[in-house]
Amino acid sequence: MNVKALVIAGNGTNCEREVSEACRLAGAECDIVHVAELLAGRARLDDYHFLNLAGGFLDGDDLGSAKAGANRLRHARVAGSDETVADQLQRFIAAGKLVMGVCNGFQLMVKMGLLPALGGDHLTQSATLTFNDGGHFEDRWCELSVDPDSPCVFTRGLDRLYFPVRHGEGKFVPASSEVLAAIEARHLAVLRYCDPATGAPTMEYPFNPNGSVAAIAGICDETGRLFGLMPHPEAYVHRTHHPRWTRQPELPEEGMGLQLYRNAVEFIRNNLL
Amino acid sequence: MAGLKDGVRDARGERVRREIREHLGIDLASVRTVDVYTVDAQLSEAEVRAAALGPFCDPVVQDVSVDRPLPRDFDILVEVGYRPGVTDNVGRTAKEAIQYLTGRPFAAGEAVYTSVQYLLKGRIDVAAAERIAAGFLANGLIQRWTIVPSGEYDAERGLPVFVPKVDVGAHAIAVQEIDLDVSDDELMQISKAGMLALTLEEMKIIQAHAADPAVQAERRKMGLGARLTDCELEALAQTWSEHCKHKIFAAHIAYEDTTTGEKSEINSLFKSYIVRATRELRERAGENDICLSVFKDNAGVIRFTDDWSLVFKVETHNSPSALDPYGGALTGIVGVNRDSFGTGKGARLLFNTDIFCFASPFYEKPLPPRLLHPRRIFEGVVEGVEHGGNKSGIPTVNGSIVFDERFAGKPLVYCGTGAIMPTVVNGQPGHEKQANVGDRIVMVGGRIGKDGIHGATFSSEELHEGSPVTAVQIGDPITQKRMFDFLIIARDRGLYSSITDNGAGGLSSSVGEMSQDTGGFEMHLDRAPLKYPGLQPWEILISEAQERMTVAVPPQHLEAFLKLAGEMDVEATDLGCFTASGYYHCLYQGKTVTWLPMDFLHDGVPQLRIPARWTPPAVAEPQLPEPQDYVAELKGLLGSLNVCSKESVVRRYDHEVQAGTVVKPLTGVVNDGPSDAAVVRPLPDSFAGVAVAHGICPRYSDIDTYHMTANAIDEALRNYVAVGGDIDHVAGLDNFCWCDPVKSDKTPDGEYKAAQLVRSNRALYDYCLAFGVPLISGKDSMKNDYQIGDTKISIPPTLLFSVIGKVEDVRRAVTMDAKTPGDLVYLLGTTRDELGGSEYYARLGHTGRNVPQVDASSALRRYRTVNAAQARGLIASCHDLSDGGLAVALAETAFAGDRGLDIDLRRVDAEGDLADWQLLFSESASRLLVTVRNGDRAAFEELFAGQSCACIGRVTAVPELRIVSRAGDMLMVAANDELKAAWQAPLKEL
Repeated sequence: MNVKALVIAGNGTNCEREVSEACRLAGAECDIVHVAELLAGRARLDDYHFLNLAGGFLDGDDLGSAKAGANRLRHARVAGSDETVADQLQRFIAAGKLVMGVCNGFQLMVKMGLLPALGGDHLTQSATLTFNDGGHFEDRWCELSVDPDSPCVFTRGLDRLYFPVRHGEGKFVPASSEVLAAIEARHLAVLRYCDPATGAPTMEYPFNPNGSVAAIAGICDETGRLFGLMPHPEAYVHRTHHPRWTRQPELPEEGMGLQLYRNAVEFIRNNLL
Repeated sequence: MAGLKDGVRDARGERVRREIREHLGIDLASVRTVDVYTVDAQLSEAEVRAAALGPFCDPVVQDVSVDRPLPRDFDILVEVGYRPGVTDNVGRTAKEAIQYLTGRPFAAGEAVYTSVQYLLKGRIDVAAAERIAAGFLANGLIQRWTIVPSGEYDAERGLPVFVPKVDVGAHAIAVQEIDLDVSDDELMQISKAGMLALTLEEMKIIQAHAADPAVQAERRKMGLGARLTDCELEALAQTWSEHCKHKIFAAHIAYEDTTTGEKSEINSLFKSYIVRATRELRERAGENDICLSVFKDNAGVIRFTDDWSLVFKVETHNSPSALDPYGGALTGIVGVNRDSFGTGKGARLLFNTDIFCFASPFYEKPLPPRLLHPRRIFEGVVEGVEHGGNKSGIPTVNGSIVFDERFAGKPLVYCGTGAIMPTVVNGQPGHEKQANVGDRIVMVGGRIGKDGIHGATFSSEELHEGSPVTAVQIGDPITQKRMFDFLIIARDRGLYSSITDNGAGGLSSSVGEMSQDTGGFEMHLDRAPLKYPGLQPWEILISEAQERMTVAVPPQHLEAFLKLAGEMDVEATDLGCFTASGYYHCLYQGKTVTWLPMDFLHDGVPQLRIPARWTPPAVAEPQLPEPQDYVAELKGLLGSLNVCSKESVVRRYDHEVQAGTVVKPLTGVVNDGPSDAAVVRPLPDSFAGVAVAHGICPRYSDIDTYHMTANAIDEALRNYVAVGGDIDHVAGLDNFCWCDPVKSDKTPDGEYKAAQLVRSNRALYDYCLAFGVPLISGKDSMKNDYQIGDTKISIPPTLLFSVIGKVEDVRRAVTMDAKTPGDLVYLLGTTRDELGGSEYYARLGHTGRNVPQVDASSALRRYRTVNAAQARGLIASCHDLSDGGLAVALAETAFAGDRGLDIDLRRVDAEGDLADWQLLFSESASRLLVTVRNGDRAAFEELFAGQSCACIGRVTAVPELRIVSRAGDMLMVAANDELKAAWQAPLKEL
């Protein structure tokens, strides 16, 4: 049996094609499924192992990033059934499957309560991603350090990463100092913006591009199977994606981002097939 | 109402505070913001609360209240909301969110309206707040504002609720008939009062048409009287507008050159130079012709791979951007997206390009009435394109900003979009389309409102006091994205036979053009979905409301088409069908409201006659002393607006979404060097790439537009070649932005301006032919003047030349940053005494006379050889020489790579006896600065044997630029950091 991934598209997602390509390169079969297909009941999350929530601007981020998108998944009914896509998603999570949200997908997960989901509560929002301290959108490659003690299945074996951020609302803010303490104590802060020279987490612009609290760039839930991050791993799956590939001949053919998808596929092969 | 909790940083408010300080010099203690949702719908209290606490707020950082104000602790409150009828994207999304929440659709007329309250704290009075609101927070054309000092604020009830619902008033929907049997003065009065922009000659032709007994007999059969209806007159005005008909490019021009004594007659610049160049090139290329579709469609199409074709279109959106920079630019980018999408059977959008021409944002002179400050235009345009491009998921990969004081009169906003389409769609060529008799006319996407009425005729005039506010509108990228997601599926299922966008002229233009395939149509205007009731039939016909495409759907596919649209939340409406009647036929509630012969509509417009007379301007070379301090001169040039870093703007655009951008706009060791062009890899299963570049040099127009044009073409090509674009697989797009060249009382120097246009077109023909670059698409915007009272500002004639082409293998692409110490530095191309129109002269207040001249044959040979060297991997870096000449190119190459350069001017290949400063700052065309690994020296020099190829120095590990003079002395030593700081300083904070 093959690893089956899907990327939800529509209403403003932009990165579904490259996320799908990353899944494919990592060895999964991948479908790009328009949310209308899910709502019409012609496609179901249950038929997949790996859900990708891609970057973009759901509904233009008009009510704040991913807010209207979260509202749709929560309240719109799937035709011919009593359930919402959010209900399918809860079943998906309970089945031990994987979810990765990048950028707008991360915003969507946080605003639906899927992350950090302390104590396994996947319905209550306890953190947010809000406007960059700089006040506008920014496209910039950032150095990231990985917490080696994180339960995150996607970042196993990884230490440092280099991906672009491309957002206007990427500043991570926990609801309280208790939430932050829990995130840190349980090693859920998988990725942090770091100083390229030292690898230490940093609050200094532009290394920390948006003023994220505790330099947090990505978090997982306590199972490590739900993961969200502002930087774009799918934007670095080949050496020519790297901004300095023309001056760094030593860069490997494969980009760093692909390993996140490979880890997901391997986890599924070992645990879900 | 949703506002940030205490202690949460208000990034939006802080940005506003910073901008108010910069723009208006008012230093406030703080600015905080509150979002207001005004819900005008039948909802229960619980439903309103659920919306407020759910989709309308972020509970982690925001407080929320219902029917109770949030603001406190301020000195003055300013609330800014939209005027009735203006597109409110947030309001539309809020409405959809409530519908999902309640599971019930809004009734007709119900809506959500949004506004923002700015809480200003600090030493400020109402008059200053008024300046802030009018001058920065709001644009009075589309927004309204309320100012309340804290002393007058009702803390219990807040501001009175304002619902900006469109008031349709009591006026009846009626079709007016217009009596054209009147005097010439009255004819012109009808044209002026109706914003028709028709000339007397055109009005008289329409008058004669209406008076023709045969025409009247035909009209009687359809139940129409002898007088034309308002719908008919509007349809004619739209179709015959300069914007849609390009009357100046189609004109008969009598050209005289006073220097040579030449007198010639030109029957259409477009046919004589542009179409002819492409036709001759295609014939010459034979089997190797890369063109697939030129001029006839919304965009040009060329070959790419066996399975895919490339589409490219560049548009301008100058007039709307002058009035509302944000909305104008946003509409510009989403508008050109529709052009490229709606080419052939439909294309997937690949990249955007943006080129802006502004006056300095630091402009300090008094501004004439109705002009916005250049800084505000800069900010608004950048933000508009940011929202349009980023939200649409299209990377902005290439662009530039050109500064000249005359652009205060009219900013130029060029927006381009590249796209990719399958060579074959459902067994037919992807680049061809054809509406058939009986196909249904289906309008897809947004609804029609009063927005954008008279955009086509408005942009055919200069900016004047009566310029209509309805010409301004706000784009909605998400509605458009939903539409594109839907249409690409419909394309692949073969559900439609033709498609075009609704841009200028709205349905009148899109249906009118598509129906030329069949020779007529029948359209029911009352079936078109409206944003609000009360539109007159003629308004429905010509409204330019955004995010709409018109599609020809074969009747057997109509049901499937409409069903798919419904599932994907896209509105699609059947308005009628294409016919072979020979008539432009519109109905309203079953009654005919237009019955115009197609041939009269499309061919009835008389040919304009324009006199053109060329006398070269009186310009001379200045006599300049040797500069005292070369480091200071170079830093001054690097810090000039035209040369300096545009990083603060570039980073606000997503330039790598879709994961194909292989050469990004910023490059080098810390990702901040200026790339010459972009390379995009559109297909994950192939390493074939697309290179895109442009050239623009309006300052040379002050000497001769012939050479301005030649240099723009050359600049585009050398940028393109620098990154690895194949010089033998490239096509060009010409976008003319001119000042009015038709001699009249308003334009006494029209003959000169028309001669400038002729000379530009001649250069376009000559150089496209010489370089072998076919033109595939283009556009002209011919009325870029400002005239109110005695003040007239005309822009410098400006041609944007954009190129698109192929990179055989993106892994061979080259960037501009110096790579490795020990590499050799080569200057390709001869340097001449050509500083006329240069950045160096401009900084010293001179124009000069010796404008750079392009030698296409040597340049073409050079570019081909560069391609050959790139294919063999012999080129480590390559950078074009343009504004600021060799000195600027050296500095940029050095600091982008964080390497030093040791340069010896004695080795530069120069023509004549040039001084050091001439060698360094001349802008001679077709030159490239290249670095080559030491080991590749022999192979590289062998390739360039017999060409101008001078090894002028070496890359070093010490990060400084060292230049030895012609006399052998050390002319300058400058640290990279110092040069880079000068280059980054001017626009860093914008």
